Amino acid sequence: MIAAALIYSGANNSRFQWGVVGDFLFDSRILRGVRITIELTVIAMVIGIVFGVILAVMRLSPNPLVSGASWLYIWFFRGTPVLVQLLFWYYISALYPKLSIGIPFGGPVIASANANDLIKPLTAAILGLGLNEAAYMAEIARAGILSVDEGQTEAAQSLGMQRLQIMRRIVLPQAMRVIIPPTGNETISMLKTSALASVITVTELLYSAQLIYSVNYKTIQLLIVASIWYLAMTTILSIGQYYVERHYARGSSRDLPPTPLQKIRWAVLARREWN
Amino acid sequence: MELMVKAEGVHKSFGRLEVLKGITLEVKPGEVMCVLGPSGSGKSTFLRCINHLEKIDAGRLYVDGELVGYQQRGDKLYELRESEVAKERAQIGMVFQRFNLFPHMNVLHNVIEAPTRVKGVRSEQAVRKARELLDRVGLADKIDSYPAQLSGGQQQRVAIARALAMEPKLMLFDEPTSALDPELVGDVLDAMRQLARDGMTMVVVTHEIGFAREAGDTLVFMDEGVVVEQGEPREVLSNPKHERTQAFLSKVL
Ligand SMILES: Nc1ncnc2c1ncn2[C@@H]1O[C@H](COP(=O)(O)OP(=O)(O)OP(=O)(O)O)[C@@H](O)[C@H]1O
Ligand SMILES: [Mg+2]
Repeated sequence: MIAAALIYSGANNSRFQWGVVGDFLFDSRILRGVRITIELTVIAMVIGIVFGVILAVMRLSPNPLVSGASWLYIWFFRGTPVLVQLLFWYYISALYPKLSIGIPFGGPVIASANANDLIKPLTAAILGLGLNEAAYMAEIARAGILSVDEGQTEAAQSLGMQRLQIMRRIVLPQAMRVIIPPTGNETISMLKTSALASVITVTELLYSAQLIYSVNYKTIQLLIVASIWYLAMTTILSIGQYYVERHYARGSSRDLPPTPLQKIRWAVLARREWN
Repeated sequence: MELMVKAEGVHKSFGRLEVLKGITLEVKPGEVMCVLGPSGSGKSTFLRCINHLEKIDAGRLYVDGELVGYQQRGDKLYELRESEVAKERAQIGMVFQRFNLFPHMNVLHNVIEAPTRVKGVRSEQAVRKARELLDRVGLADKIDSYPAQLSGGQQQRVAIARALAMEPKLMLFDEPTSALDPELVGDVLDAMRQLARDGMTMVVVTHEIGFAREAGDTLVFMDEGVVVEQGEPREVLSNPKHERTQAFLSKVL
């Protein structure tokens, strides 16, 4: 109700200047921001998944040093705000040009500092978001690994296979059906969390909008532009996830409910038959 | 002649529960030993000790003259590294009550996985061998099927072929027919009889008295973590010496 009221008053309030929203929706700076948001999300998720699986395997190692290291990592990265971690990576990466400048006493290195300014924040954001995600993915992957029947490991062991080989060939492929659906959720969350990178001057979607409204003061309109893009992207991902989950539910439940598309198609077909 | 399995006073506890209380027995090469006993008597645990899926707490356990899972230097035992344990296990086949086929691989890949990945057998050679083994257990036509598409009896025969593909010198069976519908038991037992005739050394935990009588060379009766009685199967079955054996047999026969 409240939402409806807001939308209604918004739609009729000329001060909202919907035209401005339309003008900026496909602005090249905004589109570039969208692209960077997608890149950031994808790379951070890839890092998160790869390191997460490695952490999960380490966590389940019989060696207490290995599993302890993994525990410590997860404890640290889940126990501190991701925003703090982003700032950490940002300022740590900012230290590096100084180091390189310090050695050759100024001169040619300063010229490359410009390139660094662009790359550094993005690298910091990728590291910050990816390594944080790894801690969460580790728990998801661990749950997936533990969901695989122990008899699988025993059968593989009795054939002479070794722990890592068993993980890679036997356990992980079967753990995927448990790991993949929540990974979809994580990706959707990552898409939204990536907006935090605006704080460390990465020109992703939100920061691109901020840069524009800091000049033209059309704050609300540009935030609406950003929101429309975020909604579009999360919607696409949610649809993708719906089908992925359906796919992985196969085998556990024989008769799956029809997808919304199927329902519409059947409804249309039924109509035709009536006429 | 070297013994295939030699157990001397094998003990195993889970926490405070002592499951094996000093098992001593011997299996000669080519021998088929059937192990009988009530639920919880430690049969599975003993079988799993033989390929070091469980570590023993005391005693000595040898397979083909080698200490299982340990190395003896002086008076002390040192646990073997993972790769060395794996090497020992690769020579011992095991068949489980619940088959434990790899559900994400088809029958062929279930069978060739270990030979190619563990022993480094060339793929074509492994496939040829797999066809031969699947043919022997009567499943040549199921080579492309996935485990979920097979009956329990077919799955268990694939599991036997999978174990044999490693060319083991010893096969362990843990109630291989207990999870099967009665009409499917026969095919699996036939495959095992064939294997016994071919001279494979086997230790079989089973409730199939008929199989123990016909295919077994020795019958061992276990109860509460000890070997109560052992001997020639017909002899033990028709003329049990120990009252616990008598009580058990009177229930199952
Ligand atoms: N991993 C384990 N941890 C704790 N206790 C165990 C474990 N494995 C087995 N046990 C216990 O050890 C005892 C012997 O188990 P085992 O499986 O060897 O019996 P079994 O003779 O094979 O019985 P069944 O005929 O029911 O298969 C049982 O009381 C069981 O609960
Ligand atoms: Mg058992």
